[in-house]
Amino acid sequence: MTALIVNGRRVTVAVDADKPLLWVLREDLHLTGTKFGCGVALCGACTVHVDGSPVRSCVTPLAAVQGRRVLTIEGLAPAGRLHPVQQAWVEQDVPQCGYCQSGQVMSAAALLARHTSPTDADIDAAMSGNICRCGTYQRIRAAIRQAAAQMVKKRR
Amino acid sequence: MSTAARPSRRDFLKTAAVSGGIVLGFRLPAAATGQVPVGAAPEFVPNAFIRIGRNNVVTILVNKAEMGQGITTALPMLIAEELEVELARVRVVSAPVDAAYAHPQLGMQFTGGSTSVASEWERLRKAGATAREMLLAAAAETWKVDRASLRAEKGRVLGPGKRPLTYGQLVDTARTMPVPPDAPLKDPSQFRIIGKPTLRLDSREKVTGAALFGLDAHVPGMLTALVARPPVFGARVRTLDAARARGVRGVTLVVEVPSGVAVVADSFWSAKKGRDALQITWDEGAGAGVDTASMQAEYGRLGQTAGRPARLEGDVAVAMARAATRVSAEYSVPYLAHAPMEPLNCLVALTGDRCDIWTGTQFHTVDRANAARAAGLRPEQVHIHTLYLGGGFGRRASPFSDFVVEAVHVAQAARAPVQVVWTREDDIRGGYYRPMWHSAMSAGLDAGGTPVAWKHTIVGQSVLEDTPLAALVKDGIDATSVEGAADLPYAIDSSAVELHSTQSVVPVLWWRSVGHTHTGFVVESFIDELAHAAGQDPYQYRRALLAGQPRHLGVLDLAAQKAGWGRPLPRGRARGIAVHASFGSWCSQVVEVSIQSRTIQVHRVVCAVDCGLAVNPTTIRAQMEGGIVFGLSAALYGQITLERGRVQQSNFHDYPVLRMEAMPVIEVHIVPSTAPPSGIGEPGTPLMAAALCNALFGLTGRRIRSLPLVRHGFESA
Repeated sequence: MTALIVNGRRVTVAVDADKPLLWVLREDLHLTGTKFGCGVALCGACTVHVDGSPVRSCVTPLAAVQGRRVLTIEGLAPAGRLHPVQQAWVEQDVPQCGYCQSGQVMSAAALLARHTSPTDADIDAAMSGNICRCGTYQRIRAAIRQAAAQMVKKRR
Repeated sequence: MSTAARPSRRDFLKTAAVSGGIVLGFRLPAAATGQVPVGAAPEFVPNAFIRIGRNNVVTILVNKAEMGQGITTALPMLIAEELEVELARVRVVSAPVDAAYAHPQLGMQFTGGSTSVASEWERLRKAGATAREMLLAAAAETWKVDRASLRAEKGRVLGPGKRPLTYGQLVDTARTMPVPPDAPLKDPSQFRIIGKPTLRLDSREKVTGAALFGLDAHVPGMLTALVARPPVFGARVRTLDAARARGVRGVTLVVEVPSGVAVVADSFWSAKKGRDALQITWDEGAGAGVDTASMQAEYGRLGQTAGRPARLEGDVAVAMARAATRVSAEYSVPYLAHAPMEPLNCLVALTGDRCDIWTGTQFHTVDRANAARAAGLRPEQVHIHTLYLGGGFGRRASPFSDFVVEAVHVAQAARAPVQVVWTREDDIRGGYYRPMWHSAMSAGLDAGGTPVAWKHTIVGQSVLEDTPLAALVKDGIDATSVEGAADLPYAIDSSAVELHSTQSVVPVLWWRSVGHTHTGFVVESFIDELAHAAGQDPYQYRRALLAGQPRHLGVLDLAAQKAGWGRPLPRGRARGIAVHASFGSWCSQVVEVSIQSRTIQVHRVVCAVDCGLAVNPTTIRAQMEGGIVFGLSAALYGQITLERGRVQQSNFHDYPVLRMEAMPVIEVHIVPSTAPPSGIGEPGTPLMAAALCNALFGLTGRRIRSLPLVRHGFESA
């Protein structure tokens, strides 16, 4: 039995401790918003937050998150509402196939939690681990800038 | 988006969410399930594409797979325009497989060839107009007034001195109205939706994790399987020791299937551990001899011999002999994997007389037929539930339905619903690649530098030969091998294109923009070589040869103008240009590039596109951006190579694709047009490699004639 906190709720799962968090989320907790893309932390589709930091859940064994706080795309905003990053994604018409976008949004949200107005270099550094095969990078960059501006305005 | 097929098994219904009369045969977030019993609300169903409920919900059935190209926004726009409903208020569901949803000319239900908007342009507007006319007739009947005094607006019918009736209120009467054979279509000047930049309808679910892709499909009691496929194409299992695999906790079955050895388990992780524990030796067969380096040498030799004619104008030999200058060059491109972000997967549930399939597919009719054959059923007994595709790019349009048929075989053996999941390594090594291509080019120029002879010999595998679609090959010419070359747009008196279709055990398939991926690179590079040989500006050189091609000229001029062609650039930067027509559309791109100690930086791409009437300019821009990035990834790094029959690449470390830090600024300019809409998903891809290599030539004086650029010692930002 491993206990952890997922999207603010305490859960316990009875599976092998070496099972990657990605598959625990998808198969055991039925949170399928977190995606499988490469299995070896090369594409970022599986990005979630663990204690606030972006983590590739496909290479994170369940044992490593015992007792820790995991945030997935489903928990980023309260039900029925959108996080400023999600809102900017919609308004910039970012998604195409959409498969990588959970990971992109989680990486961007983690970036903006640390940098209120990221530079292009900050964006490159935070987002270069997230592959988008549809080529939405230009819109992702624009959406991150828009979300940053929106979040700064809100804080004032 | 949800799926509109109706599974009959109680197993599925147990968790099936029923919403507005549509059964969703897979798990949904609880919040999304409106619990309305099937058939409780009579609907107005004027045709296969539209359902209107008494609750005013307008449901639009989309017969195309959404793989990023925005089709679940564009097709509803066509209907909503004529039906006079607000786009934000329609509900979009995925149509089942049925003859009613087949391509009007090709008779098959599929998503590909950049055909979706073009093929549905008339049919869906008519579907919307027909429904609108029936609703108007229903209101005229209700009010006992002349139909001509009424109009439809925002889901309601308005009449003089009448309180508006909503479409929902008209459902019961509309059902009894005759279907008008010739409902009038709106004049384009009256369009309120078509042609307006429109945000995608699926973004919200795609940024909240709610969107369901094939891999997210779930049915009770389902198992997960991974298949150990041979290390060499065409190899067969010689010996199998599954003892250790069977000992892995969670593994329920290890079984040989035609494609390899399937490990079936209670979860992905158990199946993966089980597969890792398999001990298999293979009879490798002829596939073990495949070596892409020797293939390339053989292709080079073939390129110097006569092939089958795909184009012949004038007398090339005579014109070449008379030419003042002759130029020749050889080009080659490697095998490429599609590498969609969502690895292939397919969930199959079989009963005695029924096969349910949940997957993301581009090839509905073909998959249904192939699955039926594999399951020993009739096509009507196979029900495909189309979920979102995490990228397609052609890989999910397999004439053999390889990933679907394999899942049927595994489900048969397991006697339970099974989802076969491919890992990224399985995907990269699994074949069905864009073919390797070789082109031998030669041209003759007159004293003024104008080309008078052109010869293009193409060598490579056909994506159609030896497949169930082989009938599309005519006189030994697979048109998709020579498209973009056989229809050479440049005015050259004598020209010939010849084809050698080669054979290999390496399976090949269409890859975003198909034959144009190589012909766009070759033709647009070689014409640049001729311009330089003639000592002329590459843009003006093309202009002169395209005088009779107004739509080529339109995009070429627009791209050149917006890019500031001819204006000075900062030191160390150069521009390259290309123009190419594909899938009924015309595209031109100007690339700005610099090199810092072998590292290529693409700064800016200016793209002009003429795709007829622009149904959704926002999506057209996005598809150009995506097509350019897809082409740029291939130009910089894309290559699948084989040694001793083994694919040398396996994941994104050795099959890299473009990442954020290498992303150029892309500007898209759309040529205003009233011509019928044409393709948009693919036409952005074929030009990028040529425009980039043409720019690199301007920068370095070195002509790159084979891809990817990393083979030439370049790196990318």
